[in-house]
Amino acid sequence: MAQTKRPDGRALDELRPITIKLGVNKNADGSCFLEWGKNTVIATVNGPKPIFPKHLADSTKAVIDYKYRMASFSVTERKSPVPGKRDKEISLVSGQALESAVMVEQFPNTVIDVNVLILSADAGTRVAALTAASLAAADAGLPMRGLISAVAAGRADGALVLDLDKNDEDTEDAVDMACAFLMPQKELALLQMDGFVDKKDCSKILETALKGAELVYEIQKKALVEKYPMEGDIQ
Amino acid sequence: MSDTDIIKIINAEKAKKYLDENKRIDGRDFLEYRPLEIKRGVMKSADGSAWVKLGDTEIIAGVKFAVGTPYPDSPDEGSIVVNLEMSGIAASDINTGPPRIDAMEYGRIVDRVIRSSECINFKDLSIVSGEKSFVVFVDCYTMNADGNLIDAAQYAAMAALLDVCIPKLDENNNIVLKEYTDKKLNIDFNKIAVSFTFGKYKDKLFIDPSEVEELGSDSRFTLGVCKNDVVAYHKGGGKGTFKIEEINKIMDIAATKYLEIKNKICDEQ
Repeated sequence: MAQTKRPDGRALDELRPITIKLGVNKNADGSCFLEWGKNTVIATVNGPKPIFPKHLADSTKAVIDYKYRMASFSVTERKSPVPGKRDKEISLVSGQALESAVMVEQFPNTVIDVNVLILSADAGTRVAALTAASLAAADAGLPMRGLISAVAAGRADGALVLDLDKNDEDTEDAVDMACAFLMPQKELALLQMDGFVDKKDCSKILETALKGAELVYEIQKKALVEKYPMEGDIQ
Repeated sequence: MSDTDIIKIINAEKAKKYLDENKRIDGRDFLEYRPLEIKRGVMKSADGSAWVKLGDTEIIAGVKFAVGTPYPDSPDEGSIVVNLEMSGIAASDINTGPPRIDAMEYGRIVDRVIRSSECINFKDLSIVSGEKSFVVFVDCYTMNADGNLIDAAQYAAMAALLDVCIPKLDENNNIVLKEYTDKKLNIDFNKIAVSFTFGKYKDKLFIDPSEVEELGSDSRFTLGVCKNDVVAYHKGGGKGTFKIEEINKIMDIAATKYLEIKNKICDEQ
């Protein structure tokens, strides 16, 4: 583990630069435009609103209809706009992750539409998407018990790293662990990993991810305070 | 029906009342476009891209090259495919799902205006005659829908095509990812076509309808114009009808507006 820097010059535990703009979409109740390194994401949240068809309704809570999609030009080779299994799987687990943050039980028999479009992709799009979606939910004024702060951690070229980009992900021994924490509770709301790694490193990667999520959480809070300035300090 | 639908219907009725009084709901003249902004090269992951804001309608167009087999009737030519996507991002009353029929209609109009203007030299996109040629995909994503998506998408698609750098090919004539030649698309600037969309309510014609005006109008008419020539017609938007004199009037109006819009599309920004 001689290396301390990655090909793009980042330290092993350094995030790519994140910029956030809230309320970018006029038609949506809440929206977030997020640039995370070379990832570009737009997320909108609408609702709670009446659900159709009615049989999809849940009398105990709002249904979160999370749609993760990638623009055809977001990846190097054109992707068909038809959603594949990957898009649908990510949509399902991300929706469930967001459900842990939004107080869905306050809105029975309704639906909250969450749409995320990846405009340009460079690894870590599902975590960027969730980070943006939870901010869009906050921007929509939904009651929440916390934010979803998501980040990937893992291994690249023998080193444990935070926030893998495409370079890191394409290394031989890559381990990619997408984590979404409910913050500030520090509870995992989404966890997906692929690679081959021993238990000890696995725990270390999780710890790295939590540290990363704390950084993401600070950036998210800053963006919210910027859009909705408050008197006095925010904790 | 959700609350937003009701608000839109009320506003559409209001838009009609304004038109009855020879005014527009947003205070525009009948032949006035909303503010138009075009930016090129907004998405680095695309081979060419552009962002268009027309009033509150926003569209991002991205171009991707692929290698395909040329059509048997044009073995020496490449081809172009234009798509328009309308997802839940565009408006709260749209469900993300299979392409909507209106999105398909709009996408095809944009496709026709660009294709029949013949501004792109498709022969230049041939790689091996009869075997391999470039397929140019132009995908327009609606970021915010507030009427006249057709014109916004056409301007975005055209600006994105002007932004294109042609990808490099390897010895087997496959695209080398992320590597580009310094060649642009061979576009004849004198042939670039511009689309103009009009709404019609009773006997009133107005350019660039906003969403509430679209909802309140009886029908819609789009034409593609290149200087004094017409490259495409499309009557849509409902059961309303047009008189021949009205079409003639629309053609004259479009011809006077052509240069202004074309220059904005061609302006390298």
